[in-house]
Amino acid sequence: MALSGMRGLSVFISEIRGCQNKEQERLRVDKELGNIRTRFKNEKGLTPYEKKKYVWKMLYIFMLGYDVDFGHMEAVSLISAPKYPEKQVGYLVTSCLLNENHDFLRLAINTIRNDIIGRNETFQCLALTLVGNIGGREFAESLAPDVQKLLISSSCRPLVKKKAALCLLRLFRKNPDVVNVDGWSDRMAQLLDERNLGVLTSSMSLFVSLVSNNHEAYWSCLPKCVKVLEILARNQDVPQEYTYYGIPSPWLQVKTMRALQYFPTIEDPNTRRALFEVLQRVLMGTDVVKNVNKNNASHAVLFEALALVMHLDAEKEMMSQCVALLGKFIAVREPNIRYLGLENMTRMLMVTDVQEIIKRHQAQIITSLKDPDISIRRRALDLLYAMCDVSNAKDIVEELLQYLGTAEFTMREELALKAAILAEKFAPDLSWYVDVILQLIDKAGDFVSDDIWFRVVQFVTNNEDLQPYAALKAREYLDKPAIHETMMKVSAYLLGEYSHLLSRRPGCSPKEIFGIIHEKLPTVSTPTISILLSSYAKILMHSQPPDPELQNQIWAIFSKYETSIDAEIQQRAVEYFALSKKGAALIDILAEMPKFPERESSLIKRAEDTEADTAELSAIKSRAQQQASNALVVTDQQPANHPLQVTQLAMVKIPSINEENNHVDQEVTQTNGSLGEGEPQNGDIFGDLLSPLAIEGPPGVSGTETLSEDGALALAPIGEQENAVKPIVDIAEIFHALCVKDSGVLYEDPYVQIGIKAEWRGHQGRLVLFLGNKTTSSLDSVQAVILSPSHLKLELSSVPEVIPPRAQVQCPLEVVNLRPSRDVAVLDFSYKFGTSLVDNKLRLPAVLNKFFQPITLSAEEFFPQWRTLAAPPLKLQEVVRGVRPMSLGEMANLLNSLKLIVSPGLDPNANNLVASTTFYSESTRSMLCLVRIETDPADRTQLRMTVASGDPTLTFELKELIKEQLISIPTASRPPVHQQPQPTTQPISSSDPGALLAGLL
Amino acid sequence: MIHFVLLISRQGKVRLTKWYSPYSQKERSKVIRELSGTILSRGPKLCNFVEWRGLKVVYKRYASLYFCMCINQEDNELEILEIIHHYVEILDRYFGSVCELDLIFNFHKAYYILDEVLIAGELQESSKKTVARLVATQDSLVEAAKEEANSISNIIAQATK
Repeated sequence: MALSGMRGLSVFISEIRGCQNKEQERLRVDKELGNIRTRFKNEKGLTPYEKKKYVWKMLYIFMLGYDVDFGHMEAVSLISAPKYPEKQVGYLVTSCLLNENHDFLRLAINTIRNDIIGRNETFQCLALTLVGNIGGREFAESLAPDVQKLLISSSCRPLVKKKAALCLLRLFRKNPDVVNVDGWSDRMAQLLDERNLGVLTSSMSLFVSLVSNNHEAYWSCLPKCVKVLEILARNQDVPQEYTYYGIPSPWLQVKTMRALQYFPTIEDPNTRRALFEVLQRVLMGTDVVKNVNKNNASHAVLFEALALVMHLDAEKEMMSQCVALLGKFIAVREPNIRYLGLENMTRMLMVTDVQEIIKRHQAQIITSLKDPDISIRRRALDLLYAMCDVSNAKDIVEELLQYLGTAEFTMREELALKAAILAEKFAPDLSWYVDVILQLIDKAGDFVSDDIWFRVVQFVTNNEDLQPYAALKAREYLDKPAIHETMMKVSAYLLGEYSHLLSRRPGCSPKEIFGIIHEKLPTVSTPTISILLSSYAKILMHSQPPDPELQNQIWAIFSKYETSIDAEIQQRAVEYFALSKKGAALIDILAEMPKFPERESSLIKRAEDTEADTAELSAIKSRAQQQASNALVVTDQQPANHPLQVTQLAMVKIPSINEENNHVDQEVTQTNGSLGEGEPQNGDIFGDLLSPLAIEGPPGVSGTETLSEDGALALAPIGEQENAVKPIVDIAEIFHALCVKDSGVLYEDPYVQIGIKAEWRGHQGRLVLFLGNKTTSSLDSVQAVILSPSHLKLELSSVPEVIPPRAQVQCPLEVVNLRPSRDVAVLDFSYKFGTSLVDNKLRLPAVLNKFFQPITLSAEEFFPQWRTLAAPPLKLQEVVRGVRPMSLGEMANLLNSLKLIVSPGLDPNANNLVASTTFYSESTRSMLCLVRIETDPADRTQLRMTVASGDPTLTFELKELIKEQLISIPTASRPPVHQQPQPTTQPISSSDPGALLAGLL
Repeated sequence: MIHFVLLISRQGKVRLTKWYSPYSQKERSKVIRELSGTILSRGPKLCNFVEWRGLKVVYKRYASLYFCMCINQEDNELEILEIIHHYVEILDRYFGSVCELDLIFNFHKAYYILDEVLIAGELQESSKKTVARLVATQDSLVEAAKEEANSISNIIAQATK
């Protein structure tokens, strides 16, 4: 047994090990902590040796998981000891005990800095290690220049240099501004010339981080990276100590390939060729060997090479090689390789169109869903979800259902959700969809959230053909002896609405249906009772001529629940009882539910939410992002060069479904008197299923329709040719959302979806348009023309004329901002589907605030600037009236979302907001903008706004931009115009239920 | 980047923890509890990766000890797996066929060595020889200081006799 060299410490550790149980251990630890505490109190008597010993004991105790809330100071003070042994302990224990937010660390900054700039190499190493491991923002600001100096100093030896590189990496992560991009790129290039592979490995890590933040500045480093890879791949002069199981530093290879993935392309043909030679060698030359470490290392490089090939979207030849390799990997026995094979296949699906090739491996992937390893099963599930389309949905969903029975609880909810989404998106026919969801509820009711069964009800309501089938299925499930409560809800609902369609079948008379539902009533919870009561009312209404016996039975139940303690049940019972005495009028009042307006699947939304904080690359997320809100809108036709008018035009537009829904609610409230009073009028359609409003007049009876027609008239786009194909998203709303975020859907109709992703840097931007064909046939005569205002220089790469079925093409668009203006660029996008030409003019979110970069100013920086920009036209003031009432917090959020960063506390008056940003354009270069808003707490609808910058146009445009935002959020202030929901069958041929479903999403 | 390194024994005892991302003491305990539950219960023939709270844990068992490193989803898992092995080989060389007891009684050495292998959650040195040399230099610095202290105290002791 090796001993620590400190007897007291060893004895203590032995004693802890000797403790029989947790309780004894705690007692021993408490005793020791008490001892250390007293020793630290009379510090004078402590020798350096003792101090070290106690600090180690503290760390040991801390590591065991006990709280150590004292003695931090002693650990930190050892850092300033003059001798190496104490200093070493001080640095190490401090970096383990404290994290970057600890106040004591601040006390040590000076000592640490002195060690970094001092001459003692070993001290430099200690200090750099601590800062590299736990340095925070404050360290970044005060130490970065020293660390940079060290890193580029020619006299700095490798052992210090490599630590300095990683230390700077940490500081850069904490605050990217500490590395000045302009000066640093040349230095970085020099660092990549390093011959010592230890230093180069560290520098490469730093480089990966820098380049991930801004690749533009580091183009000059690209050939150097390729050079490094070439040297390693050929194993030229790689010292023995840097080969790992015969492989020249696999880590450096991986990092270098990672760095290259941050460059969008490699333009220089020679560099590209050299790189592809290396990649080819890696792809071809990696064999499975016996030695596990060698195997892992070589495959680490191989998978990184795969990722790089995928990124560079190489000649198709290499891509197919990659798919072939992955296909091999997912079938091997080695679990790590299998896992990574599945993971990378999912990634690959997202970057290129390889669906067809990957489908060949479907059987193998399904086998992996039954793997004993949950990690692998998860990957298989994600991959199946990502690769699912109309052709294989049936197989995949059935596999998922089967797996649901055996899956662990942690996975069931996700599994149920995914199965439901796939069934909905890709159902070959609707009855299959109903089957799947009912099976899902039957097998895993606990994991099926309400929105899943709400969704099936929506589908059934909207598709008449489906109704008898669904009712029959529901009836069958009710025969089972024990059924899940969710199944009870959905069955009761469906039978209430549609059981009359079955009445000629045996066992399906109203009486029998009522009997079988009512049998279950004692076993269900309160919310379900409400649904059952609604079903009874509906059954009663459907039994014509009335069956007196059934009537009496149901009436008895209603009167029983009239005194229910639950207000909801009570209200329903009272109302249904009263209504059902109305005789023939009952038929009108309790008629079938009208069709639901189409809307976004809340399932997909939920999938998006649950994944939001987890995997960036998760398939579910990227899929979900392609789905957008399904609100109904007319195309807003925009005159190309008058963006200001566009905004006005856009105001005359259809409201979102939410508003419409509210409207219907109100309508019903009026017709049905007391019904629904006191109910929150939320627009959630799912809420409707559970609310008393489930009883509603037949469509067309109320005033809704007349109103809608008026609305529709008001909406007809004037003087523009109307497209046969309507978008299924609210284009204006989306545009406004995209003005403050950088990716999302720009446009979507039943056939086409256009996604957009933008990156902004200074006065330049790079947008990528993702043109996706949603259909199973190809889209022809695709044209995209950019109509750019004079202040923007826009370059769109060529757009292919044909988009193949279910394919997505990416078209990069380069933007340069010449000068400040609020004019908006427009994308004129047209395509031909069948015989109809669809043409849309879409505003591009390359708006003024995209060229802002957030900046936070201190009072010392702000006020001098504010004073310098004293008068118009550089500083403009305006009193704005009619401001949308909002709290100061909301206003601050609004400004922040425009990248106008609010500095709280800068203005002494708490009712005022002060914000700043930097604007970039070619004419103004980077220019500071300052904003001050003075609000009146007594009257939130008015405020005084002052805007200042060094450019008169900029000041004016910025002022107008803020004003627009404050006066109205465009979606909220629309006139209340309504339109009839569009029938589900609209533009899609009813013979393709898959497309029909896809359209519904 | 590596967010943290954990060494856990088969019985769930913590042998080393190193945190490169800020976690409070409370979070640290929670992470250790959760992960030891997940990882120790995994069978021997499964893969070395566990997905956990949007991150990924790469782990490997050596005799009675589990070495775990937590990374981002998009990081290269096999690369990290071999960093673990790299570290283990260095420990092995330093202690001469390392065992759990070595790491228990010399946990501070394990920390010193780790600091030569990783900084900021990134690999610092891939040469075992270089790491061994640097650690040996540190040891000799400590030894030298000890001898010096002893000799001075000897001198003082003699002088004050």
